[in-house]
Amino acid sequence: MAEEKKLFKVKIDNIPVEVEPGTTILNAARLIGGDVVPPAMCYYSKLQGSGGKCRTCLVKVSKGSDADPRPMPKLVASCRTTVMDGMEVANITSPEVLEARKGVVEFLLLNHPLDCPVCDQAGECDLQDLSYEHGVSATRYEFKRRTFEKEDIGEHIKLHMTRCILCYRCVFTADQLTNNRQHGILGRGDHSEISTYIKASLDQTNFIGNVIDVCPVGALTDRTARFKNRVWFLKPVDAHRECHDPNCCGKTVLWMRGDEIFRVTARKDKYGEVEAFICDTCRFEKKDVKDWVVEGPRKVARYSVISQGHYVGVHKPHETVAKVMDGRQPKLLMDIHSVSEVNQPAVDLSKIEGPAHSNDFPKNNGAQ
Amino acid sequence: MGRKLLLDKAHIEGIRYYDVYRKNGGYAAAEKALKSMSPDQVTEEVKKSGLRGRGGAGFPTGLKWSFLAKPEGVPRYLVCNADESEPGTFKDRYLMEFIPHLLIEGLLISSFALGANRTYIYIRGEYAWIPDILEEAIADAHKNGWLGKNIQGTGFDLDIYVQRGAGAYICGEETALIESLEGKRGNPRIKPPFPAVKGLWQSPTVVNNVETLAAVVPIINIGGDEYSKFGTGKSTGTKLISACGNLNKPGVYEIDMSISVEEFIYSDEYCGGIPNGKRLKACIPGGSSVPILPANLLLKTAKGETRMMTYESLNDGGFATGTMMGSGGFIVLDEDQCVVRHTMSLARFYHHESCGQCSPCREGTGWMKKVLLNIENGKGKMSDIDLLWDIQRKIEGNTICPLGDAAAWPVAAAIRHFRDEFEWHVTNPEEAVKRNFGLAHYADPLPVVAAVV
Amino acid sequence: MAVQFSEEKLNKVKEIIARYPEGKQKSALIPVLHLAQESFGGWLSSETMDYVASLLQITPIEVYEVATFYSMYNLKPVGKYLFEVCHTGPCMVSGSDNIIAYIKEKLGIDVGETTPDGLFTLKTVECLGACGYAPMMQLGKFYKEHLTKEKVDQIIAELRAQAN
Repeated sequence: MAEEKKLFKVKIDNIPVEVEPGTTILNAARLIGGDVVPPAMCYYSKLQGSGGKCRTCLVKVSKGSDADPRPMPKLVASCRTTVMDGMEVANITSPEVLEARKGVVEFLLLNHPLDCPVCDQAGECDLQDLSYEHGVSATRYEFKRRTFEKEDIGEHIKLHMTRCILCYRCVFTADQLTNNRQHGILGRGDHSEISTYIKASLDQTNFIGNVIDVCPVGALTDRTARFKNRVWFLKPVDAHRECHDPNCCGKTVLWMRGDEIFRVTARKDKYGEVEAFICDTCRFEKKDVKDWVVEGPRKVARYSVISQGHYVGVHKPHETVAKVMDGRQPKLLMDIHSVSEVNQPAVDLSKIEGPAHSNDFPKNNGAQ
Repeated sequence: MGRKLLLDKAHIEGIRYYDVYRKNGGYAAAEKALKSMSPDQVTEEVKKSGLRGRGGAGFPTGLKWSFLAKPEGVPRYLVCNADESEPGTFKDRYLMEFIPHLLIEGLLISSFALGANRTYIYIRGEYAWIPDILEEAIADAHKNGWLGKNIQGTGFDLDIYVQRGAGAYICGEETALIESLEGKRGNPRIKPPFPAVKGLWQSPTVVNNVETLAAVVPIINIGGDEYSKFGTGKSTGTKLISACGNLNKPGVYEIDMSISVEEFIYSDEYCGGIPNGKRLKACIPGGSSVPILPANLLLKTAKGETRMMTYESLNDGGFATGTMMGSGGFIVLDEDQCVVRHTMSLARFYHHESCGQCSPCREGTGWMKKVLLNIENGKGKMSDIDLLWDIQRKIEGNTICPLGDAAAWPVAAAIRHFRDEFEWHVTNPEEAVKRNFGLAHYADPLPVVAAVV
Repeated sequence: MAVQFSEEKLNKVKEIIARYPEGKQKSALIPVLHLAQESFGGWLSSETMDYVASLLQITPIEVYEVATFYSMYNLKPVGKYLFEVCHTGPCMVSGSDNIIAYIKEKLGIDVGETTPDGLFTLKTVECLGACGYAPMMQLGKFYKEHLTKEKVDQIIAELRAQAN
């Protein structure tokens, strides 16, 4: 090797790593991997200028560098602080950091609706993971949370501002992937919101759909897939297609059930960041398996709810009743429909407007 | 009489205008600097003077100037921070309104020292009439050859522009100010890089407070060494104090930093005591962000020494029993004032002014305000006081810019020193909405604490 | 009515843009928004903001972002005279609460409301930097300081006379 670059020696939670000058503490920690990687809610390596805002990645610099060993006076955002040679950083080994992080999680959840049961992001939500790992079980906030009306910002994207944690990623995405940003951060303080101000549509460029992928929570969701299925019931498969857009990598994950494609997203790495951005045509319009070359199942981390029992090593349970009854099929002792007043297959519940009442069901087999 | 360096000529009729200002020794310092000194020599004098930033942080000005990166072919900027918005502070307004040429002259000398040819005065939007005064002064300085091309034949060029803000306390933070000057939202930048390396339009920039830049004029006039003889210790020179609240004579005073807090409040030369024979309850001596002190700790330190109006003496005891000089916004509360309500109003202020960029400040300031409002309205719980303490602790130090700290400190200090009053609000909810806790024991002399070894 | 600056004001815009280096005309946004608010009815409609965006060759969203950040821009129509009374700490200890209550009673409106005749809007604002001259309010370009009930009466009477 000709000119070998001098690498900086850094220690994170006492684990040594050598990185190139200019690397941030967070990225140095990612080189080590595992538990020492600080969580990041606003930083996104593919978006220039992102990071520094959510404060979840705060770490303690216990030694500045070999040249200046003084510790830094305050906790620093690891995503925006570059390493120095000889720097020593404490993340999970610092009670101060863990305490501060717990505080940040509480602040992030303060105005968050915690509507995970009805949120499409559930199961792949960074905030959910963060609060599970670093939060506490109860809130101390006793006031009304701020809420916003849901808004369709264009044909394909739903903005659910109430869930937003103001990471600014979608703003950077629109700035850097499209040349026509229509939405931004409006207002100030805890009244800030993502908005177009004039209820404009975002669908004016072919890359705006990426705001859905970069959103760490369920504030921006895919209208073509909303409420269609839970992510953990879907089978993610890697697929690609020849995309005509030169800026689109064409490599995606199809979220399928059977042959049906429910959703198309970019491929995300273990930090929840897309490997490469995809265009809106691939994302929103190619919902037929014939559009794609399927490569095979997407590897999903074992701890993820998405990998829970559905397509790897799933076996249909054996019917054992017949076996123990010498081959006789079990017999129903009572047909529920004959005794129940309301449980009648003849009545199509989906056709009843509003909740069903007893008088929606003809009594005693139509004797009414 | 205390000696004055900035307001010594403020009483002269017409000092606002160029001719009078010039006749009374104005622009002599500029002449001296531009014609007989090198930029480095000017910086050296400022360093020698020991001048500390008058905006609130108290960082040594000469040192700040020496950090300015000087790459070839890249313009450098000086920005004057006139976004005076810290509650209790109104001294820069006084300078700009009454002696605008002092600021222009200070800007000229400082720009010369820093090699800046384009300088901006960023003034808070609400001071809507002051840009006219400044622009008139700038025009007169132009006419008389103190601005523009080849100033006084020295080859130095300088233009000064006034930029109005539009209502945002956060723009007093230097990087938020720069963002605002670039026509953006006033979101503070994440540092590093610092403005000295990448500031306005990514060029090296120095941001200094109005009073700091004005103080450069007497420093050049009398020399840094002479200037440093004013005041005491590391608090050199004179400081403008804007006194307000329950005082007989609120207003802007120039003090040489060698008088006691008691003298400042009670002497006729300064604030003239508290009106209606009321007694002193508490004081926030450096603008709303600094810790509030009860009367007993304000006048004497925990060691029993007289507290002086200096950076060091006000800081004596750290956050446990001391406070800070800050921006010199001196807010006095008499025995009729409610500390809980006052703290709530400050929490409301910081909630209103939080830019919303980083989560602890965005969410925490509003939370503190709501909890304080409950306590103030007799709806608080004992646990709310501990909750407040915990919230402020989780904001402090964990935010992008110092606004988080500024929001946390007043709450922390109020609970630290006035916990009795908070508890009284909780235990006497009905009374608390009708009357105030009063002076209580907050002026009682404290037993002198033996030095901790 | 199309939003359009007069020739004189357009020259002012040019003058403002000239304060900044070439290509940095976005810096003119805050001063130009002030000018626009003064010129078009005391508030900023989205048409006004779009017009400012076109003048400075920036996108409308950049203008919305800025206009909604700063508290001096009114995003809804306001009365002819805007009373912005400070209620932060130093003003509060000097009696701003009483002044606000008095104005409310006198004009028969709450904070944030406009009188039916469209003359007065009352707002509470945070510290305006006049703490030594409290209680005080901003009225248009200037401050009204050392407010008392009598002074409020006088101000309101003068403005009413001026409006007629």
